Amino acid sequence: MLTALLIMAAIALVLGAALGFASIRFKVVGDPLVEKIDAILPQTQCGQCGYPGCKPYAQAIANGEADINQCPPGGEEGIRKLADLLGREFKPLSEEFGVEKPKAVARIDEQTCIGCTLCIQACPVDAIVGAAKQMHTVVEPLCTGCELCVAPCPVDCITMEPVAETVETWKWKYPVIEIRKRA
Amino acid sequence: MIQSPYIRKPASVQRVMFTVLLALTPGIAAYVWQVGAGILVNLAIASATAVAAEALVRRLRGRPIAPAIGDLSALVTAWLVVLCFPPIVPWWVTVVAVTLAIAAVKHLYGGLGQNPFNPAMVAYCAMIVAFPSLMSQWPPAGGLDFATQLDLILGGARNLDAITGATALDALRTGLRGAESVDAILRQPPFGTLGGRGWEWIAAGYLAGGLLLLALRVITWHMPVAFLATLAATAGAFWLANPAQFASPLFHLASGGAMLAAFFIVTDPVSGATTPLGKIIFAAGIGLIAYLIRAFGAFPEGIAFAVLLMNLCVPLIDMKTQPRVFGHRRGKSP
Amino acid sequence: MTKRLHRFKGGVDLDYHKAESAGVPIRSAPLPPRLIVPLRQNARSVAHGIVTAGEHVLKGQRIGEAEGVLGTAVHAPTSGTVIEVTEHPMAHPSGLDTHCVVIEPDGDERWVALEPLDHRSIDRQSALNRLREAGVVGLGGAAFPSHVKLGSGTGVDTVVINGAECEPWITCDDRLMRERADQILAGAAILSDLIGAKRVLVGIEDNKPEAIAAMRAAAAAQAAPIEIVAIPTVYPAGGEKQLIRVLTGIEIPHGRLGTDFGVQCFNVGTAAAVHRAFALGEPLVSRIVTLAGNVERPGNYEVLIGTPVASLLELAEPRADTDRYILGGPMMGFALPDLSVPVIKGTNCVLSASPTLFPRSKPPLPCIRCGECARACPAELQPFELYWFAHSRNFGKAQEYHLFDCIECGCCSYVCPSHIPLVDYYRYAKSEIWARERETRAADGARERFEFRNFRQEREKAEKAAKLAAKAAETKAKLAQTETAPAPAPTEAAPQSEDDAKRALIAAALERAKQQKAAAKPKNTEDLSAATLAEIAEIEARRKALGLSEGDAGDVRPALPTLPGPTTAATPPAPPGGDPEPLAREDRP
Ligand code: SF4
Ligand code: SF4
Ligand code: SF4
Ligand code: SF4
Repeated sequence: MLTALLIMAAIALVLGAALGFASIRFKVVGDPLVEKIDAILPQTQCGQCGYPGCKPYAQAIANGEADINQCPPGGEEGIRKLADLLGREFKPLSEEFGVEKPKAVARIDEQTCIGCTLCIQACPVDAIVGAAKQMHTVVEPLCTGCELCVAPCPVDCITMEPVAETVETWKWKYPVIEIRKRA
Repeated sequence: MIQSPYIRKPASVQRVMFTVLLALTPGIAAYVWQVGAGILVNLAIASATAVAAEALVRRLRGRPIAPAIGDLSALVTAWLVVLCFPPIVPWWVTVVAVTLAIAAVKHLYGGLGQNPFNPAMVAYCAMIVAFPSLMSQWPPAGGLDFATQLDLILGGARNLDAITGATALDALRTGLRGAESVDAILRQPPFGTLGGRGWEWIAAGYLAGGLLLLALRVITWHMPVAFLATLAATAGAFWLANPAQFASPLFHLASGGAMLAAFFIVTDPVSGATTPLGKIIFAAGIGLIAYLIRAFGAFPEGIAFAVLLMNLCVPLIDMKTQPRVFGHRRGKSP
Repeated sequence: MTKRLHRFKGGVDLDYHKAESAGVPIRSAPLPPRLIVPLRQNARSVAHGIVTAGEHVLKGQRIGEAEGVLGTAVHAPTSGTVIEVTEHPMAHPSGLDTHCVVIEPDGDERWVALEPLDHRSIDRQSALNRLREAGVVGLGGAAFPSHVKLGSGTGVDTVVINGAECEPWITCDDRLMRERADQILAGAAILSDLIGAKRVLVGIEDNKPEAIAAMRAAAAAQAAPIEIVAIPTVYPAGGEKQLIRVLTGIEIPHGRLGTDFGVQCFNVGTAAAVHRAFALGEPLVSRIVTLAGNVERPGNYEVLIGTPVASLLELAEPRADTDRYILGGPMMGFALPDLSVPVIKGTNCVLSASPTLFPRSKPPLPCIRCGECARACPAELQPFELYWFAHSRNFGKAQEYHLFDCIECGCCSYVCPSHIPLVDYYRYAKSEIWARERETRAADGARERFEFRNFRQEREKAEKAAKLAAKAAETKAKLAQTETAPAPAPTEAAPQSEDDAKRALIAAALERAKQQKAAAKPKNTEDLSAATLAEIAEIEARRKALGLSEGDAGDVRPALPTLPGPTTAATPPAPPGGDPEPLAREDRP
């Protein structure tokens, strides 16, 4: 009986020591949390989360000031990744901040544009080119679809157009098994 | 929409399982010839139970029933359960064991292909722990007629001395405890030329079936060879060290469930390792542990426990033995 | 001729069905009423269209300029009139549209002036350019530009010519080798010259004895060191990596070029096209396509690029019970979403499928980890592990298990007793991973640009503040000098402190701004060209029509005069662009 107890105690000690060693030895010294969160956020920089950009939101999450379900462009998948990273429960996107939409890019109707440069200033990623009193246009590959340029335009010439699928961006679908009735 | 390839080999799970059942028949035939037809009764009971249990669980899980029964995998499990049990266990032991194997071991983990443990071996271990005496009453080869066997299976009274002789492994073990030498023990009635009298033939039957599986490429050589080789090597090492205390490797290969295990149990693909090197490690591990349990453990037959122990290691083994990929050098190059 | 062959692991034996279409000589497909020539010839590059509707083109005339690294030129396959340049579905599993030039043939088949050229008379780069301009791409299926493959050609020892043609039913390369062996070998010699190779190996599966004999006969007549090697028939021996392994023992991992290992591989059709591009000066405007499967008259046809599959199929007369059409072979092809798609350079076969020849797959069962797939996999992968990761969308793990080494040969799906559509899972996982990579790249770019913009704004603010401070100091000094002078701005109190000075400045600026605003025209329309002014007037009219009066936009407008423009940098209030929190001002939900 005593031997058994001693053995158990010895095993517990050894295992404890091993675990302790492992936690020191294999400690993850990766990026700080904010960077990791920021890497998950979609970088649309739209501010729908209530923060002026993805990084501030990441900071807020890291500080525990914001919840993980406030970013509509990131959508469910983004929330899932955040939940994974932070070891939290997944929760659906909070309606308060917006809804998930298919990706779109801004298009400026060049006939209507008056060259006011307001949209340039609104664009968080400098995706609009143009100068004062010149026609403005959106550099499509750079546009994140944040819609921030839409409201400031005094002549409402900016529209959001969904990005069409091309042969390059087309994706194979998840294999769904056709369940057919056997005749 | 299912895309290319648009042609498929006429292979199916059903065909694989059917081949396994077919390969078991030489062993079963030898069984009937040497021990008696009682085993057939238990096989029938087990088959019926397996189908019923499978159907029941599928219904409870709300899955279609027909394809699952059609794939014959439940039958294979049931047959293996019976073949590891003494042929005269009461019918209810078989029913409980098969239900356990199908419902708990297979379906609780998600059904075909998902179970981490070999269902037949879990059933065997559970039963030998729960009913140690029933599970160690083996009839001597040719010792009981069919009527007696049937009576016993249906729950007839058991007059222990009359019906059971010890198995070869049992006898060896009790003999050694009684400090007799191996030579002396081996001259006793339960022993034949190689292993247990009569049981040698059954082992030969399984061997034949196993070779059939190998020939049909249902299994690969890795597992049987590694298992038998390790068992023989370990036994050989001990035997060479002390022939008086330990039985010869041939005896170990020919007795107990070694042959059945080598070709039909260790090779279960679902719960076993899958990489070539992994298969060898897995089967060798079973061979080693099985011998150690036989020689030093509390049970005369250790294969079942060995299988379960190695099942636990499968994910690790598979992960560590990923084979080289075309064009890449050996080792981890992501 | 006794050569030690190597083996690749895995592979499967198939029912090859070559006899059906291999017996008939290559025939020319008749001109269809319309040719639809896609400017995109593979998934990676699109040529830049240079013709417009109504233009008359000659056969072989360039209608698309090569664009980008992977681009090649596109040519009119026959003489005729361009009807339109439009979007049309492409021969791609997605069935998505792409830019196409639609040509109505005039039936004359009149060529442009062709200029044959000896590749030895020009330097390597010009020779490669010639191939690019002739639109020569790999005809084995992937349509990879040949000049790119040749481009990195230093230190290449061996050119492998792929005549294995391991997919069932397809016989276009077989027929080509039987009938045009000398063209292939001539092309192979050019390729070998361009890449500086010492030897040429032609690998042909031994189920094509006639092709081997024809090629051997032609090779005997050649001076160049060309060896014709019969290789064992096992699918996928025609896979580029597998063939190279069989012939040379070299294994090329995913993501590396053959050139790095001193070997490069071309299809027999490509070799013939290279020969024509030099010896005849002909661009690539046609190819050989096998029509087989559930048809009355299987065979091989020389088909103009752009011929709609539907009109091609008429030649072979599909039987009534045909339920789909497969482009490519049964192992790696795809079911056509639409029969109007045109033949492109990578199209080697159109199969008509019936339920008896190509039965629909049975419903899949769970994986039983039998390992059949691993034994069949020529890339020596563990397909069931990949399946498991792809199935559970664990893409990181899938990549770790070398998902991208999978060549999508279909062997694993072919042997799987559980009938799992394994390859579909890999295709799905691969395209998801690619999509994610694209997204990450885009997000990284956006992050960078966002951060740079913030930095720029900070800098501008800092610069402005510095200027302001300097100005303030100056004013203060001035004020101190002329103590008795009246205040320049309509400020009541005499500025005593720094603060007062600043306040005075702001007030002065506000005053200036007010004056300016009153003086300024409503919009920044000075120094614009007459045309633009007219346009603006037009826009104004339109805006009026839309009911957008000046007043509507008034709340935004006052900020305008302070924008970077005519006003000087000394204008004190920060312009809205410098607003540190542009987001806060929004009345966003
Ligand atoms: S809502 Fe999402 S995308 Fe928009 S700024 Fe916030 S974190 Fe970035
Ligand atoms: S162009 Fe408009 S929608 Fe696109 S990123 Fe800039 S502000 Fe956002
Ligand atoms: S062949 Fe099919 S059932 Fe067998 S291991 Fe591979 S995926 Fe699983
Ligand atoms: S499709 Fe990919 S995983 Fe399957 S056998 Fe071919 S290479 Fe291997």
